[in-house]
Amino acid sequence: MSQALEIPSRPAIDLFGALKSGALAAIVAFGLFSLLIGVRTDQGPTGALQIEPRLIALGVICAVAFVGGFARALLAGERLDFASYVPEQIKVAAAQVGRYFGLALLAFALIEPVIFYNNRYILDLGILVLTYVMLGWGLNIVVGLAGLLDLGYVAFYAVGAYSYALLATSFGWSFWICLPIAGFLAACWGVMLGFPVLRLRGDYLAIVTLAFGEIIRLVLLNWQSLTGGPNGVSGIPRPSFFGIPFADEENGFAATFGLEYSPTHRVVFLYYLILALALVTNWVTLRLRRLPIGRAWEALREDEIACRSLGINTTTTKLTAFAMGAMFGGIAGSFFATRQGFISPESFTFSESALVLAIVVLGGMGSQLGVAVAAFAMLGAFELFREFSQYRMLVFGLAMVLIMIWRPRGLVATRTPSVFLGKFKEVPAEAVAEARQ
Amino acid sequence: MSASADPILNVEHLSMHFGGLIAVDDLSFAAQRGHITALIGPNGAGKTTVFNCITGFYHPSVGMIRLAHADGTTYLLERLLDFRIAKLARVARTFQNIRLFAGMTVLENLLVAQHNPLMRASGLTVLGLLGLSVYRHAESAAIDKAKFWLDRVGLIRRADDPAGDLPYGEQRRVEIARAMCTDPVLLCLDEPAAGLNPRESAELNELLLGMRAEHKTSILLIEHDMSVVKIFDGTAADVRNDPKVIAAYLGVEDEEVEQVEAEVGL
Repeated sequence: MSQALEIPSRPAIDLFGALKSGALAAIVAFGLFSLLIGVRTDQGPTGALQIEPRLIALGVICAVAFVGGFARALLAGERLDFASYVPEQIKVAAAQVGRYFGLALLAFALIEPVIFYNNRYILDLGILVLTYVMLGWGLNIVVGLAGLLDLGYVAFYAVGAYSYALLATSFGWSFWICLPIAGFLAACWGVMLGFPVLRLRGDYLAIVTLAFGEIIRLVLLNWQSLTGGPNGVSGIPRPSFFGIPFADEENGFAATFGLEYSPTHRVVFLYYLILALALVTNWVTLRLRRLPIGRAWEALREDEIACRSLGINTTTTKLTAFAMGAMFGGIAGSFFATRQGFISPESFTFSESALVLAIVVLGGMGSQLGVAVAAFAMLGAFELFREFSQYRMLVFGLAMVLIMIWRPRGLVATRTPSVFLGKFKEVPAEAVAEARQ
Repeated sequence: MSASADPILNVEHLSMHFGGLIAVDDLSFAAQRGHITALIGPNGAGKTTVFNCITGFYHPSVGMIRLAHADGTTYLLERLLDFRIAKLARVARTFQNIRLFAGMTVLENLLVAQHNPLMRASGLTVLGLLGLSVYRHAESAAIDKAKFWLDRVGLIRRADDPAGDLPYGEQRRVEIARAMCTDPVLLCLDEPAAGLNPRESAELNELLLGMRAEHKTSILLIEHDMSVVKIFDGTAADVRNDPKVIAAYLGVEDEEVEQVEAEVGL
């Protein structure tokens, strides 16, 4: 090349352009919110509906949009480099913390009931978060590893919950017998869903799985004689400590161990139960990743045709991924049933599937730690904003958008290889990104 | 080509129709065991379609594809499902547009290729999940094999890098190494030299000749680059001067069409 490349100099501040951009943002905001926020229907003195304009609120929103657009255009040339403001020592320390973050999180999870023994609310929240961590890890097998977008995951959760509820209430079987049965039944349903969708990928797969989730819910709702329909199943036996009930009686848990009776014992037990179940899910997943089946799942996500050319049976590989994910969903479901004592189809709506999928995507598909952090952040944030009830979803949506802008591959976007020849190295996000195209 | 009586692959009257389009019309050829057989032809001639028929990605409309192992077992490839062709008949292939598992490391790519033996060793996952030594031994053997092939294609230092990060020429070599990890009796290479520079092409030649000599792998390849094809037979000039080849690649004058068609046997 004969001419040297010109390095673009930083443009002078373009005030007019910035004003224009601000005005544009304000106009868009006006268009969006003029009817949503600018007018409000209210009951008039005669009882009829009347429209009440709320110009101030609308004006504030437009002004905020204008300032936002103006500032964005002004700062567009400036690369905001926050990283350069952080001192080197803090960065090193952060890297150290990052390395042990998973372990620290686990340690916290283990001692949480001890710290918050007297805080029932935190304990319940912990159980809820761990349930979603387990669901996220289960769905991670299907979505993160095998790359099969499943929008109907809640169906397996429901199958597990109803399996335990019906077996326990009809036959009086104990939780520990029902747990594997519920997992097995959910896995069967996973295979059942897997068969018709073998040839589908991406959007089409998502639609069919979505429909599957709804079908299960509608069957539960309408099969009155078996599931009790909208009334659900109540009186589901609470778990016992390996046969010793948590009750204020002679052979109850407290009396057996010489403790004073407290209803918290059961909550703590439930907490450790779901923690153990979630950790088993994690252990199995990490183990499977290093086995041929796990590598085949990931290979399937990367390139299905290449898989077939290498003699991998893509049918069984997909079905095992569905079955595995469904099994953990089912086990989590039976935990849910025993914890609640009552289940109805209302607990298994599409929004549950969406929440679990959001946890997986937000956490970084395929990353165990990312999913755990995302579950913690999402449900934690849900609780945090409980007071602002009506703005909760707004904040939630905004946070999702921002995270997807800053970290489009999820919180933990790197992939840890399942085997190394030399020393440990992580696959950077870009390489994984390319593979997903 | 020397007339040996031991063909590894016999393609007879192969035709492939896509609706009204005839991609391959009554093709017959044989590939000899231990030879490198090249399929040449201009773009759009249907070479890759033939490959897809042989490796099971398409089911041919008409015809028979017979593969014979050295022990005498024969497989009718047109009747096998794609993954069984790789698993049972042990036909491996590479793709014209490279298909590596880009997000996985090179070593993982080569381990995925050994899926079936590893799956057996892991007792369909159960034994492996329990961490029994049977599987651990099988896995370290698989890693050794992957190391051998990485060494062979000169990429051992890239073993832990994501396959998608490698430059084009290296990706081609990884793909060949991955195919060889399945212990194929027949290796089908779809334009292995496409996009390679002359030095890389020469290295590829050496690799293929070495593979044929050391591992008794028969090779079927699609290639335009006569510098790759010629060394296998030493008859590049013959090929280049063959009127049929000239007619196929360059076309013929209108008045010669009938004459050439008669020669070709249409």
